[in-house]
Amino acid sequence: MADHSHGSPDDAVTVAKPGQGGVQKFQDPGLPPHRPRLADVDPRAEKRAERQVGVLFLISIFGTLLFFFGYFFIPLDQTIGTLRLQNLLLGLGTAFAMLGIGVGIVHWAKTLMPDHEIAEDRHEIRPEADRADAEKIVGDILEESGIKRRPLIRNTLLGAGILAIFPAIAIFRDLGPLPGDVLRQTMWDDGVRLTRDPSGTPIKASDVTIGSAFHVIPEGLNEAEHKLEEKAKAVVLLMRLNPESLNPSPGREDWGYDGIVAYSKICTHVGCPVALYEQQTHHLLCPCHQSTFDLTQECKVIFGPAARPLPQLPISVDEEGYLVATSDFQEPVGPSYWERG
Amino acid sequence: MKALSQKRRHPLAAIALLLMGLLLTGGIYAVASNANEAKAQTAFSANDIEEGEKLFVANCATCHGMGAAGTEDGPSLIGVGAAAVDFQVGTGRMPLQMQGPQALQKPVQFTEEQTQQMSAYVASLGAGPAIPGEEELDLEGADPAAGGELFRVNCAMCHNAAAAGGALTRGKFAPTLEGVTDKHIYEAMVTGPQNMPVFNDANITPEDKQDIIAFLNIIEEQGSPGGADLGSLGPVSEGLFIWVAGLGVIIAFTVWLTSRSS
Repeated sequence: MADHSHGSPDDAVTVAKPGQGGVQKFQDPGLPPHRPRLADVDPRAEKRAERQVGVLFLISIFGTLLFFFGYFFIPLDQTIGTLRLQNLLLGLGTAFAMLGIGVGIVHWAKTLMPDHEIAEDRHEIRPEADRADAEKIVGDILEESGIKRRPLIRNTLLGAGILAIFPAIAIFRDLGPLPGDVLRQTMWDDGVRLTRDPSGTPIKASDVTIGSAFHVIPEGLNEAEHKLEEKAKAVVLLMRLNPESLNPSPGREDWGYDGIVAYSKICTHVGCPVALYEQQTHHLLCPCHQSTFDLTQECKVIFGPAARPLPQLPISVDEEGYLVATSDFQEPVGPSYWERG
Repeated sequence: MKALSQKRRHPLAAIALLLMGLLLTGGIYAVASNANEAKAQTAFSANDIEEGEKLFVANCATCHGMGAAGTEDGPSLIGVGAAAVDFQVGTGRMPLQMQGPQALQKPVQFTEEQTQQMSAYVASLGAGPAIPGEEELDLEGADPAAGGELFRVNCAMCHNAAAAGGALTRGKFAPTLEGVTDKHIYEAMVTGPQNMPVFNDANITPEDKQDIIAFLNIIEEQGSPGGADLGSLGPVSEGLFIWVAGLGVIIAFTVWLTSRSS
């Protein structure tokens, strides 16, 4: 079975033999015969090429002028039309300015600059002498430094080298504080009202009719010091469906209110806002990677790369009928991170 | 009165008072919200309802059942309101051509008068959102900038930030809002057709809805600030264009750079 014959197993004729197909010594074919260009032999072609290069450079000049015309002479009158015209002129002007110079220079070099083939020979390879030289240099260094004869120097150098790495670890660790419990907490807490995004007005339970979806932020978010950071963790989607459609697990029966449930809007995959709610199928879809969550099964992942269900915000109503949270999320919202555990 | 005041310290007095208060607020709320939903439905005449029922029986009852009570093939229409009928029939989504992931827009099958009559019939079955009138669709003084913010919070995730539409799960999609009339946008928000959630007046007030419609009209009028928008579909169409056209130009330049001049 050693030879890879293409014939039938009964065929005794071998196709490949050891030693066959060995590379013959490569013969240098030399340079192809020189072929003069049109511009080299015909003065009219030369003149034409010269004019072409000139025209290309003129196109570049025209492009630069077009840019400045667009920049200075298109009055921006707060309408999209003039802005679009200016954008177009700036873009076309820059493109002509750059391409005109580039194409012109290349065309010049290809048609008019001297055309002779040059071959640069590879210099000779001297492996043995070079290797011996390098070996000798390394040997000299070891010998002259005396590192073999002086163990004190060798050991202290080793110790210093190993220790010197540790400051780097400390410095790189300082690049950012570890998240601590920042990612575990949001603005939600017992009694915080659910309010509309972006107005911040509170929501009555009776406002949320079946089939509705409210985009929700915690009360006081608009006045918070780090508004965007807080919003990025605390946004919630509020939906109402038929209470019979929900199947809460033991211990989570009172996290909703009469079919109204609130779930974190931050995808557990990489943190895109999961806000595509289909009110008939009760599916929540993440637009980034198509993770799909089933609202009737506590936002279990039914499709896509997300690893965990969306965290649910336990809600209730206060004495005035407004929806309030009864606690923060019971688990960190959003995607996995190193310290999440 | 004396008997009442004597019992005011009774242990159950607080509970009785609370019950009375709850009943009162609940009763007022029920009356108020019914009055809210019933508005503008008075425009339908008895004749409209009668004609609408005939049309309904002939065209819709196969799926929605007699009396619009719903069957396996179609939901009950009791309480969906005139706005839902006006949207679904007025945009050609109903009557459904065939069962599928979602009802598709197609040429409108009924005249405006027939749509009005069917709306009247369905509205007569139970209170629901009414067809928005002149007052609701008056965009005078609407704030498109505020509408844009509301659109990005509530609508853009499905309908795309430029209202160009987008994909949902299993063959469903949010349609583009280009060319949709103000009335149909308004009706879609209050009724939540198909898989779209409902955005009732308590969530997005009529003024907010007008702001959103004004915003949609403005972005449709003025077009894309950057020239050709390639469908406003984001990285898919833009990526396809730059990979095909951009790389094509680069390859053409490379071929020209390395070729010999004649």
